[in-house]
Amino acid sequence: MVNQYSVAQTAQGVLATNRVLKNTYLLLSATLGFSAITAMISMALAMPSWTYLVCIIGAMLLGMFALPRAAQSASGVGLIFLITGMLGFGLGPILNAYLLQEGGGQIIATAFGGTAAIFLGLSGYALMSKRDFSFLGGFIFAGMMVMIVAMVANIFLQMPALQLAIASGIILLMSGFILFDTSRIKSGEETNYIMATYGIYLSIFNIFISLLQILGILGDD
Amino acid sequence: MEMFLKIAAAGVLIMMLFFLWPTVKNWQENGPKAQRGDWMAVALPLGGVVLLVVLLVLMVR
Repeated sequence: MVNQYSVAQTAQGVLATNRVLKNTYLLLSATLGFSAITAMISMALAMPSWTYLVCIIGAMLLGMFALPRAAQSASGVGLIFLITGMLGFGLGPILNAYLLQEGGGQIIATAFGGTAAIFLGLSGYALMSKRDFSFLGGFIFAGMMVMIVAMVANIFLQMPALQLAIASGIILLMSGFILFDTSRIKSGEETNYIMATYGIYLSIFNIFISLLQILGILGDD
Repeated sequence: MEMFLKIAAAGVLIMMLFFLWPTVKNWQENGPKAQRGDWMAVALPLGGVVLLVVLLVLMVR
């Protein structure tokens, strides 16, 4: 039976969800911008290639151990800027390596544009769609485990074909993750905008890196 | 140095596997199941992503 109290509760729920959505996308914009700045600093400093691995390892450890706790307080905002800043800084040597190649600038710009198109398209689709994509959870997390095993193997095997397969798989998996995450925020299942931002940021970052790899391998005649 | 970092990266990734396993189990057992038409609703945008990537590859060749 609908009464004023239940209507007020529903309205409050919608307001809370919209607040989480707004805060998530605001924080995402800020962290992406900050990442771009740290990437440019890293490129200007001509950081060595091992910077990428160091930054990725540091960011992963912070993301696994520190962020879930810090996300419950204001310090989570500072920590997510640190994590995304590290990931951006680690990108510098990668981007410099591409710029040294012929057509490297075009590859970077194309990967950037492609990542933006994928993210905006999928987010818009998830927000506009009436479907709940949370059913993807089991599939996505299982897929992540498969990808991680393949990545561990390729760290030592360094096979271009395997690299290509991993990059392709990551793009599809992260695309599904964008649908999944956005749907969970929209339905009110995810209420912490810091963790929501972290999830979507990682999807965008991984799609960008994977696109760079695919375009770098396949874009060469 | 490079080999040490590769080993460290592999170690962190393996740690992530152990972190992920309870989440995977929980979602497989308790996660919502797909309704009719849900997988098609996912296949369409992902198919679009595949086409976009193919287009991007053709653009840089």
